[in-house]
Amino acid sequence: MISFELTEEQRMIRDTVVAFATDEIRPAARLADETGTIPQALIEQAWELGLVRGAIPEEYGGYGDARSAVTGTIVAEELAFGDLSTAIHVLTPRLIAFPVVEFGSSEQRIRILKDFASDKFVAGTSAFLEPRFDFDASALATTAVSDGTDYLLNGAKCCVPLADDSANILIFATTNRDLEFRGVDGFLVPRATPGLTIVGREQNMGLKGLATFEVKLENCRIGKDSRLSGETPFNFTRIVSQGRVAMAAMAVGVARAAYEYAKDYAKERKAFGVPIATKQAIAFMLAEMATEIDATRLLAWEAAACLDRGEDALIESSQARNYAAQSALMVTDNAVQILGGHGYIREHPVEMFLRNARSFAVIEGVATV
Amino acid sequence: MIDFEFEPQVRAQLKMYHAVAEGMMRPISREYDEREHEKPWPFYEAMWSAAQNLGPGSTSEGSSKGDGAAKLRNLYTCLSTEELCWGDAGLFLSIPNPGLGGAAVAAAGTPEQKERFLKRFREGKPKWGAMAITEPGCGSDSAAITTTATRDGDDYLINGTKIFCTAGEMSAEKSEGFVVVWATLDRSAGRAGIKPFVVEHHTPGMTVTRVENKLGIRASDTAMIVFDNCRVPANHLLGSAEVKPTGGFKDVMATFDATRPIVAAMAIGVGRAALDYVRDFLKDQKVPIRYGLSPRRLTTVERDFMEMEVQLKAARLLTWRAAWMLDMGMRNSLEASMAKAKAGKAVTLITQKAVELLGPIGYSRKVLVEKWMRDAKINDIFEGTQQINLMIIARRILDYSSKELN
Repeated sequence: MISFELTEEQRMIRDTVVAFATDEIRPAARLADETGTIPQALIEQAWELGLVRGAIPEEYGGYGDARSAVTGTIVAEELAFGDLSTAIHVLTPRLIAFPVVEFGSSEQRIRILKDFASDKFVAGTSAFLEPRFDFDASALATTAVSDGTDYLLNGAKCCVPLADDSANILIFATTNRDLEFRGVDGFLVPRATPGLTIVGREQNMGLKGLATFEVKLENCRIGKDSRLSGETPFNFTRIVSQGRVAMAAMAVGVARAAYEYAKDYAKERKAFGVPIATKQAIAFMLAEMATEIDATRLLAWEAAACLDRGEDALIESSQARNYAAQSALMVTDNAVQILGGHGYIREHPVEMFLRNARSFAVIEGVATV
Repeated sequence: MIDFEFEPQVRAQLKMYHAVAEGMMRPISREYDEREHEKPWPFYEAMWSAAQNLGPGSTSEGSSKGDGAAKLRNLYTCLSTEELCWGDAGLFLSIPNPGLGGAAVAAAGTPEQKERFLKRFREGKPKWGAMAITEPGCGSDSAAITTTATRDGDDYLINGTKIFCTAGEMSAEKSEGFVVVWATLDRSAGRAGIKPFVVEHHTPGMTVTRVENKLGIRASDTAMIVFDNCRVPANHLLGSAEVKPTGGFKDVMATFDATRPIVAAMAIGVGRAALDYVRDFLKDQKVPIRYGLSPRRLTTVERDFMEMEVQLKAARLLTWRAAWMLDMGMRNSLEASMAKAKAGKAVTLITQKAVELLGPIGYSRKVLVEKWMRDAKINDIFEGTQQINLMIIARRILDYSSKELN
């Protein structure tokens, strides 16, 4: 039955995360953007919320919470409302932990998940995106070829968050290109494996607080037991969808941050003797921004609800993500416009929100629900 | 819990509405677009007798049956509205039912008045209800109404001219229906003085002086009604006669909270008609729509189509939320205006794009796509224009009164 009501638990989680995002993440956002570093204390505080460890089964040292994409969507939005770089950073270990929970063998679970049973933040990541203008998740250029005993990985990945600090990287590579999404597999590759090179930290227009890396794979040889192969058959489509829903939700968070800042500003800032928000030209922009934020959130929830019903949700999540990429850009650009010259100055955060929002149409696979 | 799925019985009901849209509306869609002002009486008779058994759906009165639909009445009205407007929005608007007049009675009337005025829609011959609010000199600024109601013994005398009254002719002169006319008891009291009056069909002094020729929704009559010393009994004033700041106009707003999601759903029905047509057309032309692909690898046609599709979905989700909130007893003025503003604009653009994508075929009156483009536009105008809804959204989010933001 149709319902737009969060569960009691989801409301509690949302309230906790939005308070953390407002009180702790946002005040640190500008400095993180300028220095390229997120304070370790902030990362540890976020870790204590159990956003990664929560979904790890108790037998592997986690809290064994039921995983819900809808709840994940709510968390992603609220964290990104604080700061996109920080949101992605603190959720990055999910990129390897969650697929291992969902698709890993018991041996793989033991090996990988124990890292994240820690009381301290532990980095782990996955490598998804590739440095090509026509990158397509259904046609990865990174290949995994079996020589009977081992796999040889070849290709280039980019926008791999926290690669340098991760002990293991989950690498997505094509084993059979004709099968598109179904021809992709996930490989658990230790960071120190010969043939895997972390090229260097990337410099992007936004997401500057987040350390992302280009990763090269040249005849990187790994054992057969590195391929994700548990009781639930590996489903790359679901992983792609989970990532797209997360990005859609984060886009809502960034857009909301910009919208609220611009709204408050417009009520304060006076021109011709009255607050600029009392002028239709500004008020109507804000009305449209608010509407698009809500519409985008509903699209993200709808896709997440599909995932929670066990569907692949490829269409729904792609719709949500593509829509979100547009709406977040529109909203953050309008926010800069409402602040006028002040919006262009780095003293206000809206220019940072705009730079961060630009990532959604370009980057994917850096977050999951 | 967040959920976007229908129960099986709702799915079954929607199938039935879809069958009506496909089997009874589409076949006469073009005919009553071309023969404006003519009436498809067999369709009316069929819809009327079906409504006697159906319960909630095409009527804004709804049903008090104890089925699951009662709880989410507004939401399910939106669902059935989408299906029927997928068939034909003009015909949908002309279906005999209490319409906006009934919605006003339901929102502003006493229990006794609801029974007295709405009973007729459950018996006898097809009837219509209409609402008259817009005047030649005021539309969106409905507080500037000049039509007056003057007390005269046990009656009120109504004087003034109303325009753009949907189903006005059918309600006033072609059936045993009624028109709810908004008139002011005291112009100096502003909004507070504006009250709704039920004027029975064929009341002396009420005359339909003109039926408009329109861009679209031509199957629905849009009337000008002149009230010239039109005498109505005092107990036809809906609710209280007391002029106080909280009464009167607030009831108009309460009506809009319920009707705006329905208008949004109408828009979505028209948009879906166009989208479905384009989808089938592209399939027929062997033009694939490749979902999940990077937008950078798509053709323009694919991008346009997907954009239309997701815009429609976004509008639909906003609409469902607004209706659901009303069903949950939550205040939904903000969300209703968001739904209406989004749906009105999105569907106007979707149908325009549909004509473009089909080229000369889309422009031809041989197919219905050009009609849907004409039909769609009204949804961005009536029940509050795009701009009025943006104004309402803006006031709500900024916490401004109508004095502070206008």
